[in-house]
Amino acid sequence: MTTASANRLTPYLFLAPALIVLAVALLYPICYMIYASFLDWNPSQRIGEADWVGLRNYANLLGDGAFRESLWVTIKFAAIVVTAEMVLGVGLALLLDRNIRGMSVLRTLFILPMMIAPIVVGLMWRYMYHPTVGIFNRTLDNLGLPTVPWLSDGNWAFASIIIADIWQWTPFIFILSLAALQSLPQSAIEASKIDGASGWQTILYIKLPLMAPVLIVTCLLRLIDAFKVLEVILVLTNGGPGLSTEILSLRIARTASEFRELGVAAAMSNFLLILLMVLTIAMYLYNKAAEMRAARIRAAAEETS
Amino acid sequence: MPEIKLDGLRKDYGAVSVIENLNLSMEDGEFTVLVGPSGCGKSTTLRMIAGLENVTAGRIEIDGRDVSKLDPKERDLAMVFQDYALYPHMNVAKNMSFALRLARYSKAEINKRVTEVAEILDLSAHLNRKPAELSGGQRQRVAMGRALVRDAGTFLFDEPLSNLDAKLRGQMRAELALMSQRINKNMIYVTHDQVEAMTLGDRIVVMKAGQIMQAGTPEELYRKPANVFVAGFIGSPPMNFLIAELRDEAGTVRLEGSGFSIPIPAERAASLTQHTGRTVTVGIRPSGFTESDAANATEMPVLLSEYVGAQSVLISELGGARVTIEVNSVAPVRSGEVRKFQIEREELHLFDPKTEAAL
Repeated sequence: MTTASANRLTPYLFLAPALIVLAVALLYPICYMIYASFLDWNPSQRIGEADWVGLRNYANLLGDGAFRESLWVTIKFAAIVVTAEMVLGVGLALLLDRNIRGMSVLRTLFILPMMIAPIVVGLMWRYMYHPTVGIFNRTLDNLGLPTVPWLSDGNWAFASIIIADIWQWTPFIFILSLAALQSLPQSAIEASKIDGASGWQTILYIKLPLMAPVLIVTCLLRLIDAFKVLEVILVLTNGGPGLSTEILSLRIARTASEFRELGVAAAMSNFLLILLMVLTIAMYLYNKAAEMRAARIRAAAEETS
Repeated sequence: MPEIKLDGLRKDYGAVSVIENLNLSMEDGEFTVLVGPSGCGKSTTLRMIAGLENVTAGRIEIDGRDVSKLDPKERDLAMVFQDYALYPHMNVAKNMSFALRLARYSKAEINKRVTEVAEILDLSAHLNRKPAELSGGQRQRVAMGRALVRDAGTFLFDEPLSNLDAKLRGQMRAELALMSQRINKNMIYVTHDQVEAMTLGDRIVVMKAGQIMQAGTPEELYRKPANVFVAGFIGSPPMNFLIAELRDEAGTVRLEGSGFSIPIPAERAASLTQHTGRTVTVGIRPSGFTESDAANATEMPVLLSEYVGAQSVLISELGGARVTIEVNSVAPVRSGEVRKFQIEREELHLFDPKTEAAL
């Protein structure tokens, strides 16, 4: 081998370990799952023994009322929590983006919920939602107000899991928004003050538009996470009452463990994966196109000036 | 057009005082340049006038009105920032019209003003572009345009040319000078570049460590620097400083230094008699040396000759001290030669070595 070709290969040599880990840890399970989704497979069989059923699992999904219900619950859940968390998180960041005494302590406190294990969050909220000894109903009772069936009524249970999720994940949006805010070009904000913008106008016309790229990515990350949420809801309601809080990942878990249909569960997972992939790729392509356009025009401008 | 007055202005950051007791007034339609080395408080002063920094103590008056507690938007100013501070998400037209849109001007009026200013600044073809799609010089002009469409009473410039390359900086400096003649507004301009200060300013304020060292016209600062700092800061190449003793020899006041002895002209000598017998700092501009064959001319070795076009800058030695000499390039001087120079007596600047103030 010549020195030149050895030199060319060096980077790939160094990248190889990471590539192998990635292939084993990421690609293998995904391929395995895609393959499994074409099988009629129950956990007592080895994968080789399962029958090949082609696209039947996918076709059945569309006709499955329970699956459609849980897809709808998931979309509703994701839309509501992500919207609420974005509004609250960005709002808090705008409020706390200033240098006052004790702010760093406050910021740390704000992100605590995110650091608690989801199972613990679920348990904690289950105790708080408890119909008789939970803090919410006790407080309502003490104030002489009617108590609320937090987890035993379908609509309330849906609201309850939303509240818990907002509590846990607003900090995520808060810290990313705060970081985005603090890295904004200060002089542009100062220029807007000189141009006569009020505080609100600065937020509306300068800060938010400039934060948009970060906010879009943050929103996407949260959306992906919200579509996959499991533990907190598992502990809080286990999908009930009825199917009122049965989000997709819970449905997938039950299909695999309770109904023992690994092929169907794999098909559901793939469906979710494709849904999120389409979202991500569309976003990526949009960003890439915008960047390339800007770079091209700038290059032209530098040449002619 | 307003008159701006700074009265006992002070700025502290925590326990550190950046500016103490600054007093300055700027006349109607005057182009004032604040100049000084970095950290001298010139930008802080400008930002206090703009309302971007709080004033610790003192007053800022615009047209007799105390504005030191007002928001920037209530001060009737426009500002050009060092990094241009364009709004990256708005195109050129939107950038320039932002202030007008906030002030709810009519669409027609906004259009008229933006088109007019874009015409002046040669930006008409780029109105739909975003700042990221513009070259450095174009961005600079947009920043200028944004200030111009405002038609504000006072224009503030915070080192607006320092991010441009040398050639573009020269061009923009000339355009800025033309623009300031045309619009005839109050302008306050901050720079660390004394050439910019000298060429643009009606009046220059030299600052150091939060204090005004001297304020005056470019010519005053060059001809009669008030202290060693201003003398060394204004003029390029910078002034040479030598140590000498002021002697009174039979009615003639002379400067005796190591390697030189210069009689002081009689009209200056009168005011210097009280200082005779003392050591003084002598400032001589590089152009204050002239080649001469006269008997009393000093022989000086040329250590280095730098050819810069019409002029050459020589590095030489006088009594053990390095001096810079500027000569005409017509008769080239080579490094290593020894030449005879005479010091122009009119070009002498004398300073007290302790207080550094001019004598």
